[in-house]
Amino acid sequence: MSLRQMTEHAGEWLRGSGPHSEIVISSRIRYARNLAGFPFVNKANRRQRHEILNLARDQIMANRLADNVLWVDLLESPTLDRQLLVERHVISQQHAKVDDQVPRAVAIGADETFAIMVNEEDHMRIQVLRSGMQLAEAFDQIERIDDVLEERLDYAYSRRFGYLTACPTNVGTGIRVSVMLHLPALKLTGEIEKVRRAARDMHLAVRGLFGEGSDALGDLYQVSNQTTLGKSEPELLADFEHTVVPQIIAYEQQARQALVRQRPDALDDKVHRAWALLTHARVMGTEEVLSLLSHLRLGVNLGRIENVDMRTINELFLLTQPSHLQRLTGVEMDPAARRVARAKLIRQRLTR
Amino acid sequence: MQWGTVNTSTLIYGGGLREALSLKGCSSNPRIKRRVRVSVKEKTDLKHKCDHCDRPATVTEVEIVNGKKVRKHLCDVHAAEEGLSVKAVHTPINELLTNFVKLHSGQPETVTEETVCETCGLSFTKFRETSVLGCPSCYAAFERQLGPLLERAHEGGSHHIGKVPRRAGAGEQRQHQLTSMRKRLDEAVASEDYELAARLRDDIARYEGEAV
Repeated sequence: MSLRQMTEHAGEWLRGSGPHSEIVISSRIRYARNLAGFPFVNKANRRQRHEILNLARDQIMANRLADNVLWVDLLESPTLDRQLLVERHVISQQHAKVDDQVPRAVAIGADETFAIMVNEEDHMRIQVLRSGMQLAEAFDQIERIDDVLEERLDYAYSRRFGYLTACPTNVGTGIRVSVMLHLPALKLTGEIEKVRRAARDMHLAVRGLFGEGSDALGDLYQVSNQTTLGKSEPELLADFEHTVVPQIIAYEQQARQALVRQRPDALDDKVHRAWALLTHARVMGTEEVLSLLSHLRLGVNLGRIENVDMRTINELFLLTQPSHLQRLTGVEMDPAARRVARAKLIRQRLTR
Repeated sequence: MQWGTVNTSTLIYGGGLREALSLKGCSSNPRIKRRVRVSVKEKTDLKHKCDHCDRPATVTEVEIVNGKKVRKHLCDVHAAEEGLSVKAVHTPINELLTNFVKLHSGQPETVTEETVCETCGLSFTKFRETSVLGCPSCYAAFERQLGPLLERAHEGGSHHIGKVPRRAGAGEQRQHQLTSMRKRLDEAVASEDYELAARLRDDIARYEGEAV
């Protein structure tokens, strides 16, 4: 597999399938791991950073994890490729920045269900990403990966503090569980702030589409844990599976039904306006597209509109992002040209 | 487009979300809200008291409801209660941490003694600035200072519960050994003693390969 082949379609996690996929877009788990004997990345010198990178690569690429793992050296990758990986949620925005010349890389599983960032804030950030509500499956997969790597690598670990991480907010299990949720009805009815407050009370973070500090474009919200010390992985997972996610799903569904019952005309107007604009507009910005796609997705889920399938909409969330758009069309474009190309791509995909 | 208030008050929620999702006082009207943070100067000029108490108002909110202007003056406490807190509602955990560390380690009595991690040379003062530790040994070096901070960041958690790496059986001694070997290697490279460096590299490779 190459990066080029990746562009045509969305990764497994945007397939639009999996349990509760009408609301839960994806399930993600990441482990933060550091190698014993080295300083953390920020304090390591050039030679040490290269050694960390080599040690990690040897183990990750030794074929014991999976076949056809793609290794991407980010220092040597063009900006467009790095941005592409950010858009696909394979690497973080921080990892795509190369001005500090830290040797960085990412290993990507052939089906994109897992990725391992090397030399991000921690030596290794292992992540597993699945579509829909599949936290249990994601957990099994990441445990397998972690166990395989741990057979040959010495992790920095202490009895009291658990897995040692560069930032003390991750210490302990080093786990971050996060689900991406599509919550258009809670947004439209103004109830979303309550979810935010409830999440805060439960020590969960609510972030936008691209993580820390980003807006909830397209009504997509990422809910994740903040506590990593003093709570075991299964305990945390159970919180998400049995309490947090089901309650937010129920709340969104109630809001959707309330809209259907009490404001059907306004709802249909939103949905069909979105359809009309998406299929006829000639110039489209990213933010506008995400907002319209969100309303269209809601309409499809509620059976208010029928001539479009879920997978197409999910893919458009990704393919209309700047780097994907440029990769698909094969030319680098300025923002103005992108807006025109974006509108064209959407028309083609929705009306074919 | 007017979305109006959607009546969802028949919903029943269990567990911890219930209270915070309480539907009382739900205002989902798309009222046009304009929030104004009153500057210090304006505040002294206006001298508004909070609508609900005697504290000075720090937040003025103007709502336009059906074309009519309604002005609210609130102090920090009541503004927060009404959900009008003007500051960013969601403070990133890193920022909280930084503030917390600054607050708790900036006390005069602790300034006298600077703790430094012997392995990587990071000082606690430096950690306070960046919120990022320098190496795994920092946790032991700053154990005393980190304790309360970690409890605060992790819902009171102070000790790890959860996965234990199989190799951790041989444990911390092995990690210390690796740390010191790698440190010597680094010094050898720095002083361009490549013969020693090569030998140390072999030692490390052999040590890493040993069954635990």
